[in-house]
Amino acid sequence: NLCTAALLAAVLVCGLTCASTAAAEEAITEEYESISNANEHVQAQDDYARSQKRREITEHDDDQNEPPPSSSSSSSSSSSSSSSPPSKDYFKEELVIRPLSSGDIYASFQFQTRWDTDFFAPGKKVSHYRLFPKSLGQLMSKFSVREMHVSFTQGYWRTMQWGQPFLPAPPGAELWVWFQDSVADVDGAWKELTNVLSGIFCASLNFIDSTNTVEPTASFKPLGVGNVTHQRFLRYAVLPREIVCTENLTPWKKLLPCGSKAGLAVLMKSEKLFHSSFLSLAVHIRPVCQDWGCKGTAWELRQTVNVVFDLHTTGQGKREWSFFKMFSRTLTEACPLATSSKVYIDVTDNPQGELFELNPAAPSLTQAVVLGDRRTYAVYDLMASGTFGLLRSLNVLLRWKTPVDMLRPLLHGERYVAGYGLQTGEIHTLIYNNHPYRAFPVLLLDIVPWYLRLYIHTLTVTSKSRENKPSYIHYQPSKDRLRPHLLEMLIQLPPNSVTEVTVQFERALLKWTEYTPDPNHGFYVGSSVISALVPSVVAMDTSYTLEHPLFSTFFPCKEESSYFVRVYTEPLLVNLPTPDFSMPYNVICLTCTVVAVGYGSLYNLLTRTFQVEEPSPGVVKRLANMIRYLRGVPLL
Amino acid sequence: MGLLSDPNRRRALTNLLTRLNTPLWGMPVDWLVKAMQARGLEVFTQSFSRTLPFPDENKERYMVHGTNVYGILRAPRAPRTEALVLSAPCTPGSSNNQAVGLLLGLAQYFRGQMYWAKDIIFLVNEHDLIGMQAWLEGYHHTNTTGMSWTPLEGRGGSIQAALSLELSSDIITSLDLVLEGLNGQLPNLDLANLFYAFCQKIGVLCTIQGKLQRNDWDSAAGYSQAVQTMLLMVLKQASGRPWGDHGLFLRYHIEAASIRGINSFRQYKTDLTTVGKLLEGMFRKLNNLLERLHQSYFFYLLPSLSRFVSIGYYMPAFGLLAAILLLRALDLWVQLGSPAPGTEDGLPFGPGVLSVLTPLIISHLTGVALYTLPIMAQQTAVEHFPVSETEAVVLTAIAIYTAGLALPHNTHRVLSGEGTEEGWRVLKLIAIFYMAVLLGCTALINFSLGFILALTLVPVAAFITPHVPRVLSALVMVLLSPGSTLLFSIFVYQELQEAPITLLEGWNLFLSVISQGILDHNLYGSLVYPLISLLVYPCWLLLWNILFWK
Repeated sequence: NLCTAALLAAVLVCGLTCASTAAAEEAITEEYESISNANEHVQAQDDYARSQKRREITEHDDDQNEPPPSSSSSSSSSSSSSSSPPSKDYFKEELVIRPLSSGDIYASFQFQTRWDTDFFAPGKKVSHYRLFPKSLGQLMSKFSVREMHVSFTQGYWRTMQWGQPFLPAPPGAELWVWFQDSVADVDGAWKELTNVLSGIFCASLNFIDSTNTVEPTASFKPLGVGNVTHQRFLRYAVLPREIVCTENLTPWKKLLPCGSKAGLAVLMKSEKLFHSSFLSLAVHIRPVCQDWGCKGTAWELRQTVNVVFDLHTTGQGKREWSFFKMFSRTLTEACPLATSSKVYIDVTDNPQGELFELNPAAPSLTQAVVLGDRRTYAVYDLMASGTFGLLRSLNVLLRWKTPVDMLRPLLHGERYVAGYGLQTGEIHTLIYNNHPYRAFPVLLLDIVPWYLRLYIHTLTVTSKSRENKPSYIHYQPSKDRLRPHLLEMLIQLPPNSVTEVTVQFERALLKWTEYTPDPNHGFYVGSSVISALVPSVVAMDTSYTLEHPLFSTFFPCKEESSYFVRVYTEPLLVNLPTPDFSMPYNVICLTCTVVAVGYGSLYNLLTRTFQVEEPSPGVVKRLANMIRYLRGVPLL
Repeated sequence: MGLLSDPNRRRALTNLLTRLNTPLWGMPVDWLVKAMQARGLEVFTQSFSRTLPFPDENKERYMVHGTNVYGILRAPRAPRTEALVLSAPCTPGSSNNQAVGLLLGLAQYFRGQMYWAKDIIFLVNEHDLIGMQAWLEGYHHTNTTGMSWTPLEGRGGSIQAALSLELSSDIITSLDLVLEGLNGQLPNLDLANLFYAFCQKIGVLCTIQGKLQRNDWDSAAGYSQAVQTMLLMVLKQASGRPWGDHGLFLRYHIEAASIRGINSFRQYKTDLTTVGKLLEGMFRKLNNLLERLHQSYFFYLLPSLSRFVSIGYYMPAFGLLAAILLLRALDLWVQLGSPAPGTEDGLPFGPGVLSVLTPLIISHLTGVALYTLPIMAQQTAVEHFPVSETEAVVLTAIAIYTAGLALPHNTHRVLSGEGTEEGWRVLKLIAIFYMAVLLGCTALINFSLGFILALTLVPVAAFITPHVPRVLSALVMVLLSPGSTLLFSIFVYQELQEAPITLLEGWNLFLSVISQGILDHNLYGSLVYPLISLLVYPCWLLLWNILFWK
C-alpha cells in the first residue's frame, strides 16, 4: 500500500536528519545498515502502522472522555498497552509558567520521550528508532550509558528572588553520567562520550578531561531504576565558563520528534530565549519502570528548557505577560506525534482571580505538590480543539493586579573568595537554612581546580558562631595537572541559621603555556553543589490541619514531608599571579632585532674574504723591478 | 545614548533631586532602600561602627556609626562572577545629594538595558572613607583595621573597576579626576584615558588636580602649568592618603577613580544629564572589558590628563640621587680600609660594636616612642594640660620628635672613652647604607614620597661629618629633617593650589596634617606615619648623632 510506504519514507528521512547531527560516524554507517536490511524494513513498517493505529485510538479516547488533569507521569493509555508490541514509545510535552514574585516570569518546557525497550538486552540490537532520537540512542548503546544528564545554562538562578527551579542547573555546562557496570574502561568511555556529545550539541564538552572530572561519592545518585551505586561508574564535570548560544539550541531542538515545527517547541525562538535573565537547556536520559510492577525498564529522554524573562528588560516594567510578549509567537497546535501536550500556569496565589487575571480563562484546574509546596495550576490542553478558540491560536495573557510576596526559600547558598593579594585567599561558602524550627542535613560538594592549592587543615564549618562538625567528609586531594580537589561533606544545618564553610588556599604559579589566552580575566572555579532533603512547606503549614480530619494530621510526617533540592552556588573567578605577557613579546622583538643585526654582521665578517688592496708601487720600485726582470732575478 | 532623553525619566530625576535637597538627619537609609528596590535592584545594607583613636577635628567625628546601602543590578547573562561599582558618598547635609540622585537615575536607566555582562553595584556609603573601608572589608571579608561591621549578604563576584562620584551642585562647569589612592597607589592609566576620551567626546571640561590643560604646550606658560600640575600630583601621592573614596579600592587590586564635579564661575555650564551620559559611556566601556585593566601603566605622573611621565623617565632622577649615597659609602669604605696616616699607632681597625650599636638602638627606640606614645599618652596629656585629645596627640608627637634631638646620643664617649675617627665613619657608613635601602624601597612603592625624602635627606647625608661648623650645620639639618619637609610641603601645596596661607595658618594646617596622618594610619592602614616614625626619623637621628660625635 502506497500510504504506509510514504510514511515509512518520512520516518527514514526523519531518522536521517536526526542522525546527521551526530558526530559519530557510526551513526551513519548503522543507518545504512538498517536501510539495507529488508527484514527490518518490514518489521518497522508493521510497527509503525500499528503504533499509528494505536495513537488514533488513544486520541479518540481522549476526545471522548476528558482525562482527569494530573501531573503524575503515568500515561493514561498505559492500561491498554499491555497487549501492544514491546518497543512502543510515547512523547509528551508540557509547558509550566510560573509568575515569580519579583515580577519576572518563569517558563519551563519539558519534553518527555519514553521508549519501552532495552538497549542492553543480550542478543538484541536496537536499530529502529521512531520518536527517540537515534543519535542519543546509539550513543547510549555504544558507550553503555545507564544515565546521562547534560545541561547548558546562561545566567544564574536567583534563588532568593525566584524560589526553587523545577530543574536546577549550574552556570555553564554540566555533565554527569552513570555507566553500566559492564564497562571496564570507564575513563576511556567518558573521554569518548564527552567528545561525541561535544559534536552533538556543538559545545566545548571536549574540554572535559581528568583535571575537571570527579567521582562524587554521595551527591549524585542515579535518578532512574537500577542498582549500581558505586561511584566508580559515575563521572561528573562542570565547565563554568561555557557560554550557551543558539548553536547549542538548534541541535537540542532537532532531538525533538516535531523539531521546532509544531507543538510547544514553536515558542522557542532563539532571539527571545536568549534575551532573558536565565536560560537553561538540558537533556536527561535515564531508565524508568515500564509499569507499576517494574517488570521491565523503559528509557526516558527528558529535554527541558527553563527560562526566566526579566520584568524590566523584556517586560518593560509592566507586570503583564503573554505568550506573544515572551516568545513573540503563539501556540496553534500540539505536536501531532505527542500523546499529551499541556500548558500549566501556576495560579496558587490566586484562587479567586483577585491578584491577576488569565485570558483566555483556563478550562480546568489541577493541584500538585511541587518542591514541597501545594500548588494550583490552570491547565490548557492543546490536544483539545476547544483550547485554541476562534482565532485558532492560543496566547495566554497574565495580568497582575497587585504584586505578591514570596515565601523565603528554605535552602540557599552563596560563595565568594575572601582576602586580597595574589598569594593566598579563602573560599567562603554560606549555606542558609531558613526553616523556622527544623534542622536538616545537606551534602556539600566542592570541586576546586588544582591550581588553587587548598589547605585542608584550615577547613572550618561554623553555624551560629559555633563549630559544626560534619558527620561525613570525603576529601580527595588534587594532583597537579591531573585531577582537581574533591571535597564532599555532610553537614547538619541548625534551624534558622547560616552555616559558613571556609577553607584557605594558595594560588599556584602556572607554567607559561598553561595560561589561557586571557589570563588577566581570571580562572573559574565551578559552582559548589548543595544537595538536601528539605522539609516540605506542606508539612510546615499549621493551618493545613484545620481543613482535614483530625486522625490524619497528628503526626507531622506525611508522605511528602520532605523533598529533594539541589542548589548550585555561583562560580568563582579567581585571579592567579600572572606574568606580564607583553614583556616576553617585547623581549622577543628586541632579541630578534639584536640577533638579526648582530648575527648578520658576524656572519658577514666570517664568510667574506678580505683582500688588502696593494698600493701601486712607486716609480723607483717599478724601475728596479724592470731591471730585476731583465736580469732574471725574483722581483721585489 | 538614550539616557534621560525620556521626559518621564528626567522628571523622575528632578523629583529625586528635590527630595534629596531637603535637609537630612543622617542618611535616609529606608528611603534609599525603597528607592533602589523600586528600580529593580537587589538591595542590601551594612551597618558599621568605629571608634576613632582620638577625635577627628576636621570632620568632627569620634564614635562613628553608619549604614551603607547598596543595590546590585544583576547582569542577565553572567553568573555573578564580575562586578563594577558606582559609589557616591552620602553625608548628613546636602553636600553630595546630586551624586546620589544621579546614581539612582543611572540605576533606573541601566536596569532596563540588556547588555550588561557584569553585575553593577550601586553603593551609597555613609561617613565617606570609613563607610567605604567597612564595605570593602565586608565584601572581601578581611579585617585590617579593627573596624566592626555586619557581614554583607549580597555580592557580585570579583570587582573589576569602580568609580566614585562627588557632585555638589546640579550644574557643573568641569569634572575633576582624582587618582591618588592609599599609600600613593594609582589606578591603571587606562582608566584616566577612558575618562579623558569620554570628556572629549561629550564635550565636558575635564581637569586633573583642578588644573585645566593648556593648549600651548610648548610655551613657557604651558610648561610651567604642566610642572605645577605634576608637582601637585607628587605632593598628593607622597602624602599616602586616599584623596577620594576610590583610594581604598586600590588595595584590592580594583582599578578605581573619583570623579568630582566642580562648579566655578565659568560661563559654560554642564547639567547632570551630560555627566550621566559620561558615566553611562564609561560603564559600557568597562562592561565590555574581557580582562582586568592590566596592559597599561600603573606607575606614572600626570602633567596633564592627556600626557604622562612614565616610570622609565622619572626613576633615573631618583637613581641619580641614590647614586650619591652609594658613592659616598664607597668613599667611606675606601677610607676605612686604608688606615689614616695620623693614627698609625698599631691600633687594629674596629671602633667596637657597642659604640655603633648604641646610637642605632637609641634612635630606633625614639622612633618607636614617636609611633606609639602619642596615642597611648593622650589620656594622661589631656588630664595634665589644657588641651583637647587631638591637640594632645599632635603636640606629644612634636614633643617626642624634638626631644629626640636632645637625647644623649654620645654614649660612645661613656663606653669607649672618646669618639674615634673610625667610629663615626663606620656609623656613617651604616647610616648611608640604611638610608639608600630605605629610600630605594620607598621609591619603588611610592615614588613621590621616596623622591621628596631623597631630595632633603641625601644632601645632609652626603656632607655631614663631625668636622663641619656645628651650629650652622645643625640649623641646616633641622631645616631638612622630615618634619620640616612636611611643613614646607604644606606651604608649597597651598601655593600651587593658588591658596597661599600665612605662617600661622600654615602652622595650624601642619598640626592638622599630622593628626590626619596618624588617623589615616589607624583607620585605613596608610603606611606613611609608621614609615616616617619608625624608619626615616631614626635614620635621620643617626646623622644628627654624627654631627655631635665629639
